[in-house]
Amino acid sequence: MTTKAISSTSLAIRQLGLFAFAAVAGLAALMWGLNLLANLTASASGANSAVDAASNAITVLISSEPPQLDSSLSTDQVSGMVLGHVMEGLLRYDENNELAPGVAESWRINADSAVFRLRENALWSDGKPVTAQDFVFAWRLALAPDNASQYAFILYPVKNAEAINQGTQPPEALGARALDDRTLEIEFERPIAFFDKLTAFSTYYPVRQDFYESTDGTYGADADKLLYNGPFVIASWVHGQSLDMRRNPLYWNQGRIHLDRINAGYITSDPNTSLNLFKDDKIVLTGLTPENLTSALEQRWQIHRFMDGSLFFLELNHRPDRLTSNLNLRKALYLAQDPNELVYKVIKLPGYLPGVSLFPSFLDGPHGRFRDDHPPPAHRIDVAAARRHLALAQAELGLDEFPSLVLLTGDNTVSNVQSEYFQAVFKKNLGLDIKIDRQIFKQRLAKMTSGEFDIVMAGWGPDYDDPLTFGDLFASWNLNNRGRYSNPAYDEQVRIAQNALDAEVRMAAFANMQRIIHEDVVIIPSYDRGVAYVTHPRLQGVRRRVVGADPDYSNAYIVPEA
Amino acid sequence: MLRYAFKRLMQGIITVFFIATATFFGMHSVPGDPLANDKAMTEKIRANLEVKYGLDKPLLSQYGIYMGNLLRGDFGISYTQENRRVNDIIREHFPVSATLGILAIAFAGLGGVLWGALTALYRNRLPDLVIMLLVILGISVPSFVFAALGQLLLVNLNDQFGFSLLPVAGWGTVAHMLAPSLVLGLGTMAYLTRLMRSSMLEIINADFIRTAKSKGLPATRIFTHHQLRNAILPVITVLGPSIAAITTGGFVVEMLFAIPGLGRYFVQAVQQLDYTVIMGTTVFYGAFLVFMVIVVDLLYGLIDPRVRLE
Repeated sequence: MTTKAISSTSLAIRQLGLFAFAAVAGLAALMWGLNLLANLTASASGANSAVDAASNAITVLISSEPPQLDSSLSTDQVSGMVLGHVMEGLLRYDENNELAPGVAESWRINADSAVFRLRENALWSDGKPVTAQDFVFAWRLALAPDNASQYAFILYPVKNAEAINQGTQPPEALGARALDDRTLEIEFERPIAFFDKLTAFSTYYPVRQDFYESTDGTYGADADKLLYNGPFVIASWVHGQSLDMRRNPLYWNQGRIHLDRINAGYITSDPNTSLNLFKDDKIVLTGLTPENLTSALEQRWQIHRFMDGSLFFLELNHRPDRLTSNLNLRKALYLAQDPNELVYKVIKLPGYLPGVSLFPSFLDGPHGRFRDDHPPPAHRIDVAAARRHLALAQAELGLDEFPSLVLLTGDNTVSNVQSEYFQAVFKKNLGLDIKIDRQIFKQRLAKMTSGEFDIVMAGWGPDYDDPLTFGDLFASWNLNNRGRYSNPAYDEQVRIAQNALDAEVRMAAFANMQRIIHEDVVIIPSYDRGVAYVTHPRLQGVRRRVVGADPDYSNAYIVPEA
Repeated sequence: MLRYAFKRLMQGIITVFFIATATFFGMHSVPGDPLANDKAMTEKIRANLEVKYGLDKPLLSQYGIYMGNLLRGDFGISYTQENRRVNDIIREHFPVSATLGILAIAFAGLGGVLWGALTALYRNRLPDLVIMLLVILGISVPSFVFAALGQLLLVNLNDQFGFSLLPVAGWGTVAHMLAPSLVLGLGTMAYLTRLMRSSMLEIINADFIRTAKSKGLPATRIFTHHQLRNAILPVITVLGPSIAAITTGGFVVEMLFAIPGLGRYFVQAVQQLDYTVIMGTTVFYGAFLVFMVIVVDLLYGLIDPRVRLE
């Protein structure tokens, strides 16, 4: 009986073996079929290593699919990075971050107008020349009220731009005219000191009318739905998977391009995947985040740092019905916390700098860094003084006891540790209860706009390379001034900085803004954001930029193996 | 059979209609402003955007318009990728998720039947115990843990070997599919193993097996025609919903392995309140799930002659 049972078991096992064989064969057949399908539908990613010297190509990772490659509508960083490689404006930033000629070979900027002379050999990727009309068309596109471009405001220095954007003037009224194919004349709405810097921005890129109209509302949606005039062109774009940029043989300045191919072969926002791909020699650059920093440190790579120009701060709600509209309460909060502690003991990420001013460290004045000429006020945590201000505030507000304050924050690792730091430090030093209101991005924005907060953890990145991109943030008319701070003295300084052409006068105005922000505790600066990253040792010339394409690989080159 | 299929299909359409309705109103009651972005916008621009997406109309008429478009198979334009139609997003990315899902199900189904039958044959002996321990691990550990560990393992293996054994992430060839589909199918494989084991055990000593043996049927035939075919029924039952769950639920794996599947769009859309993509993907996935359940019910009738579909 037992022997028989065992023999039937062994028989069944032979059966299972057969089944397993069939299963593996079936799987192999299935995979062969899938492979055929995959080859039909897509180009494979990651066949190459990070740096391929033989074909002069590199592979990079992008954190998301570029959501918008129509330069008149684009707002986000990934789209900006791609556009910066495949498009070119009148001017551009070169490898030293200096303004350099782009499509324009020469230009003259006066107080109330400017003339740009376009180079003859600036061509679209279909071989036709880039003309002055292409710029006029692109700008009208961005300003058309129906298109609702979020960056329309950056064109407002051009005469009538704002009125066109608000629908009170026809698009033809725009103060930008093509005198001929190669001459672009611009009239200003008011004098502007930094118009040349604006022309390097993506909203100012040209768009050609006949091509735009031929795409029937899908301009920029696919590789063949975009016309290029930059150093690279998008050769193929498989949505969500890869975006392959090749050298543009028609680009006028071949001398500055060294790579033949920049293949964004991976698209994911997962920091660990990025690190793993870098370790596996599949991508040339990876950012380091709290999630993958420790693991990166173990590799003993050379870590690069870069200040990305963004400032993060506690924005206080100045609406009269909020407790935070009381200056003494704001001073108490300011004195009770310490950005140094926040950056070095709580966030602990390489590259971050404690926040001291509305104006981040990268901004330039006429003689070098703005900060060197106008040092920001020093901050020292002072619990005794903070408590004195809190007592004054309590008396002024007529409160028996402070109700808890609402701290609105986003939902990610860095903001979680930060909000908990502030909650702890305000409780410990002031005895104040902080209620953390953690929200997803869209809801945080909605609450910021409607003013449902006492304190919000906010941030601001520069749109152009001038202190005004930060300075006008707290002008009473600025819609991004979500705490609704309103001070005629501050507004006055913003107007000076907007209208004056003299650099010294403007810098003095910014210095005054810096002082008012500090004295009035409009915001409590937390940190200037830094980025830690590692690059492939054989790739040189990668440029990180505060404004424009970041990272910029367009001047990068591969060095021979050491 | 045909009448039954027709009836189930009608029920399915009604279910999808309810899914669409519930998602529509649920989505609109989620706090947050789908049009908000880093830069504040003027009233004028906001109004223009509302007109573009039809948000200026009352909710009920928005619902009416949406349902009308749905009947015509038009899901609208994405909020975050303003020049892409949701139909295109589904058309381009669902095949990727489906490929990944089919492979994962193939791993899970074949593996589950194999291990399940094996453990049943070796009941309470060492192979059974070892496999069942692994099964418990497979059921209780979520797929993103396996995904992260799997990826790390690949990196280290590639490092050890000095060449790329299997790609760490990416998409495009079968080599890219292997690791993510195995990871994705692991949980289901473990579940099916357990299911297969218990149903094998139920049948192994059944009367009809004994009859088959006494008839002198060859063991091969007994195993394939009597044991396996009977034991596999419960497996088929759960396979339908599993296919849908795996094909739709792979977003973490898709993110980690940088795979351009639809699951990523599904999750990101919810995070970014991309109304049209939320609706499009939810309705599509809902319809897919309903359809798979119907298919399995119909298949059941083919496999098990005792089941009459009426």
